[in-house]
Amino acid sequence: MGMTMTQKILAAHAGLPEVAAGQLIEADLDLVLGNDITSPVAIKEMDAKMTKKSVFDKDKIALVMDHFVPNKDIKSAEQCKCVREFAARHEITNFFDVGQMGIEHALLPEKGLVVAGDVVIGADSHTCTYGALGAFSTGVGSTDMAAGMATGKAWFKVPSAIKFVLTGKPAKWVSGKDIILHIIGKIGVDGALYKSMEFTGDGIAHLSMDDRLCIANMAIEAGGKNGIFPVDDVTRAYLKEHSMREYQVYEADADAEYEQVITVDLSQLKPTVSFPHLPENTKTIDQVGEIAIDQVVIGSCTNGRLEDLRTAAQIMSGKKVAKGLRVIVIPATQQIYLQAMEEGLLKIFVEAGAVVSTPTCGPCLGGYMGILAEGERCVSTTNRNFVGRMGHVTSEIYLASPAVAAASALAGKIAGPCE
Amino acid sequence: MKANGTVFKYGDNVDTDVIIPARYLNVSEPSELAAHCMEDIDREFIHHVKKGDIIVANKNFGCGSSREHAPIAIKAAGISCVIAETFARIFYRNAINIGLPIIECPEAANDIEAGDQVEIDFDSGMIYDRTKGTEYKGQAFPEFMQKIIAAEGLINYINNR
Repeated sequence: MGMTMTQKILAAHAGLPEVAAGQLIEADLDLVLGNDITSPVAIKEMDAKMTKKSVFDKDKIALVMDHFVPNKDIKSAEQCKCVREFAARHEITNFFDVGQMGIEHALLPEKGLVVAGDVVIGADSHTCTYGALGAFSTGVGSTDMAAGMATGKAWFKVPSAIKFVLTGKPAKWVSGKDIILHIIGKIGVDGALYKSMEFTGDGIAHLSMDDRLCIANMAIEAGGKNGIFPVDDVTRAYLKEHSMREYQVYEADADAEYEQVITVDLSQLKPTVSFPHLPENTKTIDQVGEIAIDQVVIGSCTNGRLEDLRTAAQIMSGKKVAKGLRVIVIPATQQIYLQAMEEGLLKIFVEAGAVVSTPTCGPCLGGYMGILAEGERCVSTTNRNFVGRMGHVTSEIYLASPAVAAASALAGKIAGPCE
Repeated sequence: MKANGTVFKYGDNVDTDVIIPARYLNVSEPSELAAHCMEDIDREFIHHVKKGDIIVANKNFGCGSSREHAPIAIKAAGISCVIAETFARIFYRNAINIGLPIIECPEAANDIEAGDQVEIDFDSGMIYDRTKGTEYKGQAFPEFMQKIIAAEGLINYINNR
């Protein structure tokens, strides 16, 4: 029987001619990732319990200080120190600290550290982002990270898959974020539990790499093990620009088995908003009604890329943030920050009355840099709107695209970019 | 191996942000994490939980962030087992990897109520609700995962190889 794209990558990395859904395999890893929250737990596991104290390959580990940096308090500073010392001790090539860091899932593709055909694990749930590049990548915990750093291997249960056939061309203000929110609204937050989400169809040609990274990023919000796109001209151009590494192109077999096939006509989609407190609570912008807001966040591993900032700046250019609203813009990497500065985007944000932050995950997970008080509402381009995610347990997060977030920033309420 | 305790009951999609809010992730000490376990969904949990108690929840338990701090906090709070209709996949891996017993059993997840006295026999996968006098068969782990559990976690399993 044929294999899905994911199954082919896993088979190749397990040294097997073929694999089937449900099979337990051990696969070779091309990259193991950790951040300042999850790495300290992995490092302690390794130091305290593991017999093997050395890393499998100092070039195939990426440690990114991004969640609470520049450090928000003494305890987070201690966490980073632990990782910094580990990186120095093991001569980790890809250790990214303040000044070089960016939000991990924006940074790694930009640095060319992940290419098509790779198998990547990361101790961060949004590691699934790299599926946009045609890689198998998935989030794990700190113990898996420790084992991966020491052995260069991880165990996987080969996933079954849902095939999403994307057709047509999305309308002007419809982005990758609207597409994935629509899909999660359709299948639910456990709609792809344990499964691959394989995206195909002629509509993909209309999606930029930033759109695809955003879509793959939120596969986890449907419970997915990974989200993956086929390699096309857009992928090739991106990989050529960002990486020197050779890559492998895997394609799903014509007779690959899918548990479900879901067709999404992109031309019919509208800007979409996820209401509290689950990403599946979606409404199209015309169904939203009057919802006053207190804060807007534009950033994160989901939507902190250059194209996102360009879209927001296009809408906010020459306009002012609504009175009484706080607007926080967070470029996801130093490179994006620099480019946004050179293009004049940061000037547009500051003149409009927004603040521009150094790269950080910060408010997305309620860390710092934009915590919500009791009952406050935020429109955010991030990925989760769980209870208390960004602050007080009664605060509310509305997930949306950069276009909707920017339009809402001007209106002081949830608004579409056409209004 | 057996577990025996009082049940704390929760619904669908209990995410790792409510199990252990990110504002406490600037530490990784199990006891410190346990002090805030379930804080954003059940402020009373940590004041009432006793060693050996059991969490029962519906579908997609542990969804969201990959933070291993979540199963670590639950284990350090004294919970002996989590029973759910389904688990989110990263939480499932993490629980096995750190040696927190978990069982998927939709029938038990639906029937068992807060405060019930429940006994679990991990060898047979049987779940007994002593308050209701009912019993359920949980789904057995694949042999490979049983080996990890028997080694009390992934690190020991790798060390022993």
